[in-house]
Amino acid sequence: MDLKDLYREVVLDHNRSPRNFGRLEPADAEAQGHNPLCGDRLHLTLRLQDERLSDLRFEGQGCAISVASASLMSEAVKGRSRAEIAQLYDEVHAMLTGRLSHPPAHLGKLAALAGVAEFPVRVKCASLCWHTLNAALERANAPVSTE
Amino acid sequence: MSRAVPAQSIQTRPIEAQAGETRTGETRTDEAQAPDSPLDEAQVRADFPILGRLVNGRRLVYLDSAASSQRPRPVLQAVERYESTMHSNVHRGVHSLSQWATEAYEQARERVRRFINARSVREIVFVRGTTEAINLVAHSYARAELGPGDEVLITLLEHHSNIVPWQIVCAATGARLRAVPVLANGELDLAAYHSMLSDRTRLVALAHVSNALGTVLPVQELIRAAHARAVPVLLDGAQAIAHLPVVDVQALDCDFYAFSAHKMYGPTGIGVLYGRESLLAAMPPWQGGGDMIRSVSIEETTYNELPAKFEAGTPNISGAVGLGAAVDYLERLGRERVAAHEQRLLELATSRLASVPHLHLVGTAAHRAAVISFTIDGVHPHDIGTVLDSEGIAVRTGHHCAMPLMQFYGLPATARASFAVYNGADDVERLVAGLQRVRELFG
Ligand SMILES: Cc1ncc(COP(=O)(O)O)c(C=O)c1O
Repeated sequence: MDLKDLYREVVLDHNRSPRNFGRLEPADAEAQGHNPLCGDRLHLTLRLQDERLSDLRFEGQGCAISVASASLMSEAVKGRSRAEIAQLYDEVHAMLTGRLSHPPAHLGKLAALAGVAEFPVRVKCASLCWHTLNAALERANAPVSTE
Repeated sequence: MSRAVPAQSIQTRPIEAQAGETRTGETRTDEAQAPDSPLDEAQVRADFPILGRLVNGRRLVYLDSAASSQRPRPVLQAVERYESTMHSNVHRGVHSLSQWATEAYEQARERVRRFINARSVREIVFVRGTTEAINLVAHSYARAELGPGDEVLITLLEHHSNIVPWQIVCAATGARLRAVPVLANGELDLAAYHSMLSDRTRLVALAHVSNALGTVLPVQELIRAAHARAVPVLLDGAQAIAHLPVVDVQALDCDFYAFSAHKMYGPTGIGVLYGRESLLAAMPPWQGGGDMIRSVSIEETTYNELPAKFEAGTPNISGAVGLGAAVDYLERLGRERVAAHEQRLLELATSRLASVPHLHLVGTAAHRAAVISFTIDGVHPHDIGTVLDSEGIAVRTGHHCAMPLMQFYGLPATARASFAVYNGADDVERLVAGLQRVRELFG
C-alpha cells in the first residue's frame, strides 16, 4: 500500500485549509454526523434555493480523510439539485469502495479520494460527510411547520 | 490492501500422545536464567512466530499488546497438543480421554491459583474474559446486595467493561454509580476517593492498571480504605496481570480480581474471575445448565460446589490449557524480569517521544505500566495510526474503550503504543522514525 495514494496533495491541502468551514446562520437545515469509532464529529448547515443547494458549511473535528472529504464535497455539491447530489454520492461511494476502476472525469477533485479504496477502514471516514449531507437534505424535505 | 506473506511459519513439533500431559513443550526459554539477569530479547522474540512476519514490507513492530498480546510457541503447542491428543468433554466421562481432558483443565486452574496466590482452586472461576468476570460479579453479587440509596464506586479511568455492567445493575436496583475523578497527569484523585467512599458505598470496582494511560493505581491503599468500611473491592486486572512484577491476591487483599488470557500471551475466549471463597460461596449462580449442578429434578436443583457453580455448560477447555501454558511461560521468563524489561522500554520510549516536535503525552503518572498515549498537534490519531501501519508498526488509535476519560481530557482520541515482553529498543526507534514520517507528511 502506498501512503501517497491515500494522502494525495489535494487531500492534504483540503485537510490543512478546509473550504466552506464554519456554520450558516440562519440555515434551512442542519445535521450532525458522528463516527463513534474514531470520535469524528461533523456539523453541517445548508441553504436551499429553488430546490438547489445554494450554500453549505461544515465544522467539527476529524481525521485528514474526513476533513478533506467534507471540504471537497462542499465544493462539489454547491449549486446542485438533490438529484444531481444523489447521483454524485452514488459515484463517490462506488469510488471509495473500489467499485470504479477509474473515477469518471466529472468527479473532478473528488477523484483525489480514490486512494481510500485501498484502505477499507478509512471508507467510513470519507463517507461521514455524505451521510451527514443526506440527513440534512432529508430534514430540509420535511413539510414546513406553520406553528 | 496488499497482504504481506508471513516470513516465518509456525513450526509444529510432531505430537506424541501423552496421557494427561500438559507440559507445554520445549523451547529455548525453558532454560532457567539467573533471576537478576536481563531478559534475552532475541530468545523471547523468537518464541513468537507472528513477529517473524512482514507487514507492508517491514518487520512487524507490534505495539498494541494492551489490546491483545501475541502468543508464544509454547502456548500454541499446548493448545495443539491438547486438541490433537486429549480432547473430550470434562467432568463427565469415565473414558480415558475425558479423564485426561479434565486433568488438563483442572491443572490449568491450579497453575492460575499458584500464579495469583489464591488460597484455593475453589476461588478460580474460568470465564470468557475480564468482561464476563465483571458481569458475573455485577449480576450474581451486586444485584442482590444493592438497593436504592446504595452506591457503587468506580473511577473515571475505567475501561467500558468496568462501567457498563455497574450501570446496568444500578439501573435495575436503584443504586447509584459514582466515579472518582482523576488528576490531569492521569493519577487517581486520592482525596476525592477517600471522601466519596461513604456509608452508602456497597462495592468498589477499580482498574489495577489503566489501559488508556498506563497509570498503576495504588490499589493496596484503596482497598485498605474500603475494607475499613467493610466494602468489598473488585480489581480489573486486565492490564496488570502480565506486566506487574507480582499479582498476589492475598497480599492485595482484594475480594475479586478479573483478567483475560489474551492479554497475557494466552488464547482469546478464556479468562479468570478470582473471588474470595466466602463471597463466592454465598453468591447465587448466574447461569444455569450442565456442570454447575449436583442434582436436578424438575422441582429443584442442588448446585455444584465452587467453582463449578459458576461454570455452567462445556467450558473453553483448550483455552484453559493455553492459559495454563501462558502462566508457565511468564513464570519461566520471570515476572520481575519481564516487568523490569518493560519499565526500561517505558523510560526509553518516554524520553525518545519527548524529542518528537509537537507530541504530547497523555497521562504522566509517576507509576505507570508500559503504555503510552499521545497526540500530535494538527494530526488526528487516526492518521498517525495509518502512517505507522504503512511502516509495519501496529499502534491503537481511538478512545480505547474509555470514553469518560477521553472526555475528561477533551480529546476524541489518542494514539497508544503499548509494550510487552517481546518489544525492544529497536521497536522504540522504529516508532520514533514512523512519527517523523507523520511529521513530514502533515507538517
Ligand atoms: C482495563 C481493561 N479492562 C477490561 C478489558 C476487557 O477485556 P476483555 O475484552 O478481554 O473482556 C480490557 C481490554 O480491552 C482492559 O484493558
